[in-house]
Amino acid sequence: MIVNGKQKIWSEYQKEIPDDHYFYVRSCIRQNFFPASEKTFLDIVRNKLNLDFFETEHHTTCGGIAYHSDTIPQETLMTIVARQFALMTESGYKNYVASCITSFGIYTETLETWQHFPEFEEKIRENLWKATKREFNKPEYLAHASDVIYKLRDKIAARAKHRLINKFTGEPLRVVEHIGCHYSKMFPSKGVGGAEYPYVLTGMIEAWGGEIIDYPERRHCCGFGFRQYLVQANRGYSLSNTHKKFESMQPFKPDMIITNCPGCPYFLDRWQYVIAEMEGKTYGENSQGIPVFTYEEVAGLVLGYDPWDLGLQVHQTDVEPLLDKMGIEYNKADKYKI
Amino acid sequence: MSKDVLVIGGGPAGLEAANQLKILGYKAYIVEKSEKLGGHLAKWDRLFPESISASETLDKLLKPINDISVFLNSEIVSVNGTDGSFSVLLSNNITLSVSSIIVATGFSLFHAEKKEEYGYGIYDRVITSVDLENYFKKHSDNRIINPKKIGFVHCVGSRDEKVCNRQCSKVCCVTAIKQACEVKEIFPQSEVYCFYMDLRMYGRYYEDLYLEAQSKYGIRFIRGRVSEVSEDENGKLVVKAEDTLSSKPLKVTLDLLVLMVGMVKNDDNESISNLLNIRVGEDGFFKTANPILRSTEGDSQGIFFAGASTGPKTLPETINEAKATVLSMHNYLSKQV
Repeated sequence: MIVNGKQKIWSEYQKEIPDDHYFYVRSCIRQNFFPASEKTFLDIVRNKLNLDFFETEHHTTCGGIAYHSDTIPQETLMTIVARQFALMTESGYKNYVASCITSFGIYTETLETWQHFPEFEEKIRENLWKATKREFNKPEYLAHASDVIYKLRDKIAARAKHRLINKFTGEPLRVVEHIGCHYSKMFPSKGVGGAEYPYVLTGMIEAWGGEIIDYPERRHCCGFGFRQYLVQANRGYSLSNTHKKFESMQPFKPDMIITNCPGCPYFLDRWQYVIAEMEGKTYGENSQGIPVFTYEEVAGLVLGYDPWDLGLQVHQTDVEPLLDKMGIEYNKADKYKI
Repeated sequence: MSKDVLVIGGGPAGLEAANQLKILGYKAYIVEKSEKLGGHLAKWDRLFPESISASETLDKLLKPINDISVFLNSEIVSVNGTDGSFSVLLSNNITLSVSSIIVATGFSLFHAEKKEEYGYGIYDRVITSVDLENYFKKHSDNRIINPKKIGFVHCVGSRDEKVCNRQCSKVCCVTAIKQACEVKEIFPQSEVYCFYMDLRMYGRYYEDLYLEAQSKYGIRFIRGRVSEVSEDENGKLVVKAEDTLSSKPLKVTLDLLVLMVGMVKNDDNESISNLLNIRVGEDGFFKTANPILRSTEGDSQGIFFAGASTGPKTLPETINEAKATVLSMHNYLSKQV
């Protein structure tokens, strides 16, 4: 591995991420899968770093799951997106930040489509006006929430209570990073680090003391893949994708996985349990699984949040092995309290 | 009418053109932006399809022009005058008065790093065809240590809309096969795979080389493009591709992957075109007055082309074109008063 080569690519794929004043839109499925992640994110940026993040209860789904499942056409999707932009405009914000990778991909795709086909944008403006009497400005900056944490990574590191260091060995924790496909695979220039060697999560891990693992199936889908899972008959395919990734990463002995997508942590987490049940195989140390985290959860651990306030008890794969390595104290009984 | 002619570029086209100019009694000046003559030929070991020595070929091109004025590390700064009388200022502050200019600026090699998915500059054992040729010359490269499994990826940066290079580089197919055979000669126990889109074996003896690669050397040809390259825990390369003949995805672990980098336009073609009042095509190579009947002439009077400055060419094509270019130029100058 030639680190300089990666650094050169990373330097070519940097994006402008605004400093403050964000309009934040939550993810519809993350609030079910990892409900404390968005809460933690807002607590970090608002209360620890004193930034202005606005959200509104009028925000809805972006329509991404329906779109990628072929149940709504692009025109409908774009009109939903236009309504979200109208909410941002009415709130007086220009920097749009999506919590969800699929939403980020949808917003990026919509803005790119409008750039190349302005007549489409006009049509959508007309649709939105007819349906809601709303008008909108396009965001000046579009970021994913992981872009924001990436930008703030050094500030978080400066406030760190725990670093990604194995307290038993003193060595950096070995971390698998997995970005959501819709973060930069469709539009490499829109993601920090591009598509082939994304840096958004790597930058966080480096800043917080960990070491990134590059393994052969790093680019492979987590297993969600929308239709791979949403169509029930395809679920074996979903599982086999995840299985392939774990078989590939196991020789590198990862301590943890960090993700920035709603689906990826869910499937990498849940399917480990299924594989263990089906084949009796686990991929972590001591017959345990490899703990899987959202980037907000990792930031929370670094900043010293209580693991159970971060919602780590809803993970299928136990997180305690990683907490122990990081030297985080926790009350075992609290894990099961509401 | 002055009999002085400027040749821009000291590669095979420029060297051959200078030699032909000398034979016809012209005074040639060669301006070369790099520190030595020979162009890409100087980096090569052996030439397809008959494995002729590149250095001996270059020596034969250099020998007849040892008395010609050569300006190394020099570029054109400005050109004044048109239609048969040019005053050319070089970056070394020398001004030349010439009656004609031959553009023999050649090509650049595609930067393999741009195909990020292949991992050149990221993974230690991913090299280019140029790196391999250098290994053949020097027998030393710490990335090439008794490889057991070797892959060649054709069309890297050629015929690829994604990197804005639609053109075929013409030489990569046969070069890959030549290099695959040579690598088998050095490492006879190795398994060698060629990943290709289609094989363009159009030249004399090319098809014979292709057959020999299969029958004598047992090289395996896989019709399909490589999708991604990564490294396993032992530092070996995990290469994913599609075998379009069996309609199946394919994954193979290799010790060495060679990227056949294609020919692309030079970065300074645009500025040279402005200086000489000539045009470049969509592919960035220079545009000739007529692609069929006047393929060595520029739009402007007194400007001529030789070699790969007007698009990818093989070495024999380049040498032949240099001869034709000088003849065209001679005919043009003979009509001038």
